[in-house]
Amino acid sequence: MLKLYVQDFLRYRYLLYNLISRDFKLKYRRSVLGVAWSVLNPLMMCAVMFVIFNTLMAGMRGEGIENFAVYLVIGQLLFNFFRESTTMAMSSVMNNAMLLRKVYIPKYIFPLQKICFGLVNCLFSFIALIIVMLITRAPLHPTILLGLYPLLTLAVFSLGIGMILSALAVFFRDVIHLWEVFTTILMWFSAIFYTPEQFGNALLEGLIALNPLYQYITAFRDTVMYGQLLSGAQILICAAWALVMLALGLLVFKKTQDKFVLYM
Amino acid sequence: MQQPIIEVNNVSMRFNLAKEKSESLKEYFLQLVKGKLRFDEFFALKDVSLQVQPGDFYGLIGLNGSGKSTLLKVISGVYKPSSGTCKVRGTVAPLIELGAGFDMDLTARENIYLNGTVLGFSPKYIDAHFEEIVEFSELRDFLDVPLKNYSSGMVARLAFAVATITKPDVLIADEILAVGDFLFQEKCEQRMQKLMSGGTTVILVSHSIEQIERMCNKVAWLEHGRIKMNGPTQEVCEAYKQTTREDGSH
Repeated sequence: MLKLYVQDFLRYRYLLYNLISRDFKLKYRRSVLGVAWSVLNPLMMCAVMFVIFNTLMAGMRGEGIENFAVYLVIGQLLFNFFRESTTMAMSSVMNNAMLLRKVYIPKYIFPLQKICFGLVNCLFSFIALIIVMLITRAPLHPTILLGLYPLLTLAVFSLGIGMILSALAVFFRDVIHLWEVFTTILMWFSAIFYTPEQFGNALLEGLIALNPLYQYITAFRDTVMYGQLLSGAQILICAAWALVMLALGLLVFKKTQDKFVLYM
Repeated sequence: MQQPIIEVNNVSMRFNLAKEKSESLKEYFLQLVKGKLRFDEFFALKDVSLQVQPGDFYGLIGLNGSGKSTLLKVISGVYKPSSGTCKVRGTVAPLIELGAGFDMDLTARENIYLNGTVLGFSPKYIDAHFEEIVEFSELRDFLDVPLKNYSSGMVARLAFAVATITKPDVLIADEILAVGDFLFQEKCEQRMQKLMSGGTTVILVSHSIEQIERMCNKVAWLEHGRIKMNGPTQEVCEAYKQTTREDGSH
């Protein structure tokens, strides 16, 4: 049984690759700057945010954050990766209805494709992060490489969620709107531009700690920004959220995928 | 007797009709409360059994909505039957309908690779057959033109060329030969004959009874999702023509 799945995946891995490269071609077709936008876009977004939090909303930014620009950029990039890739994954199965009605393709290819595409995009935008770090003269720690761990576990976590959402979206289009609202709420609880401690509210702190996004972002900041090693607890939390969500995603997908074509 | 390459055993395919398809949560719960869910069921296939021997050139005939395409999709693995089993021993190459698997914004060259991998070929395999595809589709001068600028005949030629570079065990063709000019149709037929002489089993759906008579050695006649008749081409086609003629004279 398992062998069959592996064979199937190996047969269609080129398709996965081609689909991702198509996403890139279409994203940057007819734009003069092309791939440079993957770097420029987050850079400009973060510049805007930075100015806003230093002028209009100066009271809201976290106190005592030594390098606010880098703190903010990391939060932004990781959260956007999560939001964009899950949102794309959500409609991926539906958008390929034409194809799925005509040929057999393993259906999980589509959410997987969107998460991979988001991940590659995110890696590009890390160039923006490095630029911000250089401008603000933030020290580059060797532990920066450990940042890959929270990033990759976040990708697995997103894949699990993307699979659940893409399956649900086939049956209920409402999910698309609900998810938009939900991620907005989630964003405010991810400590992107503040520290949970600054409010002095233990309940709120506890609530934020329950947010997996906050955990991934914090682990990433610890390694990339503060030059720390990951604690055992952090390693466990990142892996646990990712694996639980992936298992859930696979389960939901497996239970529903045979019905997809009947509802699309 | 040889083992059949395709074994369709008592397959039924049930669809929920569009009017009770729930597009939103509200509708879903409303219908759930009213007890209307799964109210209108429609059987596209009912208790269909079919055995195809290796090397057969099987034709499927029947009026619109008789379940021909559904049966093809069950065989190619797109649909999972609501009940019954479908077993295929070997690889299946479906000749997809026009345009599916192609991205109209990409060029023909890019689409050859995309569509090739959709069908499960490796890029290496496509590389090796690239010339053959270009040659057969006669589209060399348009390789780097986005597909949206192609005529439908050109798209069909490309689709057919990509799908038939392989030597599949089973080739599934749904009305594919109805596109393109007559010269290209002849070319397609020749290629399918050639594939078959190489041991490929073909299942063909067509509304052109002449084409079925010319190419197939066995025919199954579907009516309202059931197999009405199944056997050698001559017999089935005669009976089919008889009834359609009678229906037409009413």
